[in-house]
Amino acid sequence: MTNYLIDYTLHLADNALILGQRNAEWCGHGPVLEQDIAITNISLDLVGQARNFYQYAAELIHQSVDKSTHPATEDSLAYLRTEREFKNCLLVEQPNTDWAQTILRQFFFSNYQFLLYQELQKNNDTQLAAIAEKSLKEVTYHLRWSSEWVIRLGDGTAESHQRMLQAIDELWRYTGEIFTAADYEEEAGVDPSLFQPQWLNKVKEVFDEATLPVPEKTFMQSGGKTGTHTEHLGFILTELQYIQRAYPDSQW
Amino acid sequence: MVIANDTEIKNIWLLLKTVTDPEIPVLTVTDLGIVRDVKINGASVEIIITPTYTGCPAMDMISMNIRMVLAENNYKNIRITSALSPAWTTDWMTEEGKRKLKEYGIAPPNPRQQVCNDKLFAADEAVQCPHCSSYHTHRISEFGSTACKALYQCDDCKEPFDYFKCH
Repeated sequence: MTNYLIDYTLHLADNALILGQRNAEWCGHGPVLEQDIAITNISLDLVGQARNFYQYAAELIHQSVDKSTHPATEDSLAYLRTEREFKNCLLVEQPNTDWAQTILRQFFFSNYQFLLYQELQKNNDTQLAAIAEKSLKEVTYHLRWSSEWVIRLGDGTAESHQRMLQAIDELWRYTGEIFTAADYEEEAGVDPSLFQPQWLNKVKEVFDEATLPVPEKTFMQSGGKTGTHTEHLGFILTELQYIQRAYPDSQW
Repeated sequence: MVIANDTEIKNIWLLLKTVTDPEIPVLTVTDLGIVRDVKINGASVEIIITPTYTGCPAMDMISMNIRMVLAENNYKNIRITSALSPAWTTDWMTEEGKRKLKEYGIAPPNPRQQVCNDKLFAADEAVQCPHCSSYHTHRISEFGSTACKALYQCDDCKEPFDYFKCH
C-alpha cells in the first residue's frame, strides 16, 4: 500500500479534527444561543468527517504494515500522534480569539473544502470519493452560513467591521499554504492550486458585499502539511488527548 | 434456497421496522431510509446502513439497536456496514415517516430541495407549521437541536418548532 495515500487521508482527517476541536471550544460560549448551536453543529460535522477519514487511514495502515504491532484505529490516530505527526494546515489550528476570527477562519476553510470535495468526489480512490460526496452537502451549509456572517460583521457596526479587519490581518497569511500542494497531494492526484482562483473569487464576492478589502499579495506561512506547526497545535492536542495520555486505552 | 433467503430477508426487513431512531423515537430506521440493503450469506447477515449526517451521534446507537433486535431473534454473525455513497437524502424518507414526524411536532422535509446550495441570503424555505398547518413561518436558525434539523417559528400560532431540513 502506498504511503502517500495514508498521508493524504491523515491530512484530510487532521484538518477536519483540529477545526472541529477549535469550534467546539465555543460550546456554551456562543454570542447567542442559535449561533452557539450552529458553530457546534459545524464542529460535529467536521468531527464526523474526521472519523470517516481516520477509519479509512487505519484500514490503509493495517494493509501496509506489520499486523503484529498495535493496530491503528480511528482513536489511536486522533489521540496518540504527536504534533509533528499532524498534517493539518496552519489555518485550522489558529485560536478562536473572537467571533470575527472564528467566522473568518470557518469561511476561508469551508470555501476551500467546498471546492476540494467537489474535486475529490471524482477521485479514483472510491472511499475518499464517497467521504467527499457525503461531506459536501454539509460543507455547503457551512459555507453559506459563514459567508453570511462575514457579510453581517463586515457590513455591520464600526466595531464588528474593525474586528473583521483584525481577523483578516491575522489569518490571511495562513491561506497560501492551503493551495500549495504537498507531495502526498500531488501523488493523490489532487492539486489545490487549480481551484485557488475560484476560492479567491468567492472571497472577493463575499468581501465586496461585506465592505472588506481583499489583502494584497503578501508573505505566506506554511509548514503544517508536513508537520511544522504554530505553537497553538500543542495546546490543542494537550486538551484533546489528555484522557488517553493519562489513562491509556480507557474506554468511554 | 433462493426462496428461503427471500423469506428470510423479508423477515429481517420486518424486524428492522421495529428499530427506532434514539433522537426521534417516532421514526424507524426504515422510515428514515438509512437501511440500504440486507444480505444473507450462509449463516451470516449483513445490514448496510448509511448515515444521515457524517457526525450524527445516533448512528452508533442505531447500529447497536439493529444488532440487538436481530440477536434477540436468533440471528448470529451479524455484520453492520456503513456505506457513504450514494449520500443519504431526505428523499429516501418514507411518506409514512413524514406523516409521523408532523404528528410528533417536527415539520417534515420539503419534497423538493429548495435552498441546499451555496447561494447567499436565499429566501427561507416555505415550511408548514406542524401545529396549525400555516405556511406563514420563518426560520430562526438553519442549525437546530440535532444535525438534521433547523429552527423555525410560526407567525400565526407563534409556536417555535423544529424543521427536519431537506438534505
